[in-house]
Amino acid sequence: MSTIVLTWSDWLNLFGHYLLLSLMSVGGAISTTAEMHRLLVEQHHWLTPQQFNDAIALAQAAPGPNVLFVALMGWKVGLNAGSYTAAVLGVAVTMTGIMLPSTTLTYMASQWLHRNREMRGVRAFKQGMSPVVVGMLVSTGIILATTSAPTLDHWPLWALALAAGIVIWRTRLHLLWLLGAGAVLGWFQLV
Amino acid sequence: MIPEDNPLDNRRRPQSLADLFFSFTILALQGFGGVLAVVQRELVERKRWLTPEEFTEELAVAQVMPGPNVVNLSLVIGARYFGMPGAAAALAGMLAVPLLLIIALALVHAHFADHAGVAGALRGMAAVSAGMIAATGVKLAGSLTRHPLPLALGLGVAVVAVLLLVWLRLPLLYVLGGLGTLCCVLTYRRLQP
Repeated sequence: MSTIVLTWSDWLNLFGHYLLLSLMSVGGAISTTAEMHRLLVEQHHWLTPQQFNDAIALAQAAPGPNVLFVALMGWKVGLNAGSYTAAVLGVAVTMTGIMLPSTTLTYMASQWLHRNREMRGVRAFKQGMSPVVVGMLVSTGIILATTSAPTLDHWPLWALALAAGIVIWRTRLHLLWLLGAGAVLGWFQLV
Repeated sequence: MIPEDNPLDNRRRPQSLADLFFSFTILALQGFGGVLAVVQRELVERKRWLTPEEFTEELAVAQVMPGPNVVNLSLVIGARYFGMPGAAAALAGMLAVPLLLIIALALVHAHFADHAGVAGALRGMAAVSAGMIAATGVKLAGSLTRHPLPLALGLGVAVVAVLLLVWLRLPLLYVLGGLGTLCCVLTYRRLQP
């Protein structure tokens, strides 16, 4: 990719967009990827489509919260602009932008909820959401499994996911053993 | 000596801001393809900083607010013990080291991206992560036995949520807003004023 040029107003523009995206990121930053794609790839050509997809895939695979795909995109934008200094600036701009509004709001909400925890409405909200949260977790697992194993040909992946789920549910085996087993099975192309 | 199953002894807490920071760093580094299942395993089952009920309740807060649920959850847990500094320590723990690591990975990514073994290993770990997160949901379903709503209703709502999200692929926002609100109203009516 040829070197791109980002002016200070471009960096500010990027920061402003990420501040707004943060406020819209109910369900995680991943829910705003369409908007990020529009901004970074289609509108400004700061990233190639391949770089955009790689950032998401790498963040999914690497340890740590998936939101770090945002940092990777900032890093790549900076590298495309031609220097490691710009890459560090890119990480700082995108991560601060995506984190600042949502964490501030969550902090204030959690403090308010904690101060008013005896209120009937607060108890009803926190407890009332529990069944939906349980359903959401199970759904996330199923959707993740479907993404990596979309057809019946991939049944060994489903079997592995199911086996891992049962082991975690019924035993206290350390998670790293299971992840290690998954990695070994995959390395030898058994799943 | 206090017996192991003494409920008073069951409640533990982070000792310091450094404890929070390092605990969350270690959690984050174990989360390949999602950290939530690791948080539940470590903080509820091993460290016992939270009961399953508290975990589910704090997760509800973390989920309905904008931002990544696991990042919000770490912040809420940190704030619960040490206020603003605790929130910052937990957040930094969740993000700082994984951020450096992922940039290091991005730098070498080009060299191993096409390696069949590496791609296979990532695929295997992703499948384990999928099982992990679903199992977390199944385990937390156990805490619905102590929910104000009857167990059958609570489990029914959870199953309907799965159908809406997996089968109909409805956006999470609608399910939290619709089914969640309905469930909150029903719970409200069962609680003592």
